Amino acid sequence: MTRQVEAVWRIESARLIATLTRMVGDVGSAEEFAQDALVTALEKWPDEGVPRSPGAWLTTVAKRRILDRWRRDERFRERTSELGREVADRDGQAEFDAVLEEDYGDDLLKLMFVCCHPVLSTEARIALTLRLLGGLTTDEIARAFLVPESTVAQRIVRAKRRLAQKRVPFEVPSGADRDARLADVLEVLYLVFNEGYTATSGEGWLRPELCEEAMRLGRVIAGLMPKEPEVHGLIALMELQASRFRARVGADGAPVTLAEQDRSRWDRLLIQRGLVALEGSIPVDPARPRGVYSLQAGIAAKHATARTAEDTDWREITVLYEALARRTGSPVVELNRAVAVSMALGPGVALGIVDALRDSGALDGYHLLPAVRADLLQRLGRGEQARTEYERAADLTRNESERALLLERARSAVGSEI
Amino acid sequence: MRYLMSIMSDPESEAGTQEPEPEIYEAMAAYNEEMAKSGVLLAGEGLAPTSEGAEVVFRDGEATVVDGPFTEAKEFIAGYWVIQVSSHAEAVEWAKRCPHPPKGDPTRMKLQLRRIGELEDMDNMSEELKERERVLREQTEG
Repeated sequence: MTRQVEAVWRIESARLIATLTRMVGDVGSAEEFAQDALVTALEKWPDEGVPRSPGAWLTTVAKRRILDRWRRDERFRERTSELGREVADRDGQAEFDAVLEEDYGDDLLKLMFVCCHPVLSTEARIALTLRLLGGLTTDEIARAFLVPESTVAQRIVRAKRRLAQKRVPFEVPSGADRDARLADVLEVLYLVFNEGYTATSGEGWLRPELCEEAMRLGRVIAGLMPKEPEVHGLIALMELQASRFRARVGADGAPVTLAEQDRSRWDRLLIQRGLVALEGSIPVDPARPRGVYSLQAGIAAKHATARTAEDTDWREITVLYEALARRTGSPVVELNRAVAVSMALGPGVALGIVDALRDSGALDGYHLLPAVRADLLQRLGRGEQARTEYERAADLTRNESERALLLERARSAVGSEI
Repeated sequence: MRYLMSIMSDPESEAGTQEPEPEIYEAMAAYNEEMAKSGVLLAGEGLAPTSEGAEVVFRDGEATVVDGPFTEAKEFIAGYWVIQVSSHAEAVEWAKRCPHPPKGDPTRMKLQLRRIGELEDMDNMSEELKERERVLREQTEG
């Protein structure tokens, strides 16, 4: 029974909290009322059975609690939103129902923007999003991010308090900061996805689960904002990257590089979905630049649609990296562009880009700069210089297994010249 | 995790199938929209009658083709969804929300849920391997 209630909660909680936030004005109390309703469900459903419309049931229980509190708590009345007050003042149950039955989509979207509001730290945004929109428990979030449960609980409490203190309005931003705010929402989802995708540590199912949750929430936003190209860009990027999950590890458990992956193990459904989303990510208005997720998804798509590693369209990838480098101005993107150029035009041209990057000093201390440079030198037959660069990269990395790998390459670099 | 959710049929009900009422189409559309809005629906199709299908049976190295309808089969798939959920219970919960014959209607309807095998590899991966993989991924994909 508990599992069933949990499943209902996963499906219903976000819209329940969103709807209640519209009533009471702040996410903190909305979640409390929603949790109260959940507790009631846990008490009643084992005996009475799960109602036919569990979402409506939970909403009804929560709104009764809200009305009760309205009637006896003056401070609560003062705190709540104008709309809530208006409805409560009239004290008409029918009106209350009407408000609740309106399309919840807008509320859900508002809730997303509130959870990813710039007054919150990135960590708080992630925790709040997973908790309020994902319906994850504090414990689940803590296990996924490998931090103590108390840390996550504290982050969420503080985040709610901060939203209340700053009187963050429950709304979809419009006007000048709309794009930036949407970018904040998408960033949170991508961070969640990457936390699962990179899987630097941590055990078990919660890691891929994070990727899936990020993809699911992306699809929810896409349904609510179908005309925002970057939402589709992010979905495309996540689905195309996730399509390689199964192929990233060989039968012996060893990691497999992109070039060496068994492409038949790539997930065709996700690739197909990713490619459809990619089409939606290209702005209809040609004056509107293609977004950074769309460009990255474009690169991922070039890999996903290459039948073999040799078939990869590196020239097109180079063009996409150029656009991405212009959009982001990021030296890390520039380094990636160099790798693509080395595949499209050869290591000599790429070395020029990497040397310019080195001279700019923008990547000083970043181990992948000498690592890439070493690879290019090696391919140019300059093994001795490659060795020095591999060693430099090994010095710079803080990661033991990576250091071992780089030193191994340093040794074989010298060997190749003999 | 992903589940294949199939709606099952059998020769008897397929033979008796009339064009469903418009309300049923509407209810199904609403159900599909609900799953799409919740971000769980990845794919889905309804299947044409088995009279348009065929079974290919291999025995002793020989392939025998039997054209539909599948009159011998006890039951078969009439349509399917691929859904992404966080638990077995959530998959069951979505299945239970599928439009179905109301109370008092003797028509039997059956959905079958099967988990799609994926991602298990990840569980057996050591920390060290995950780290190495991350490193390689940075270098190969950027």
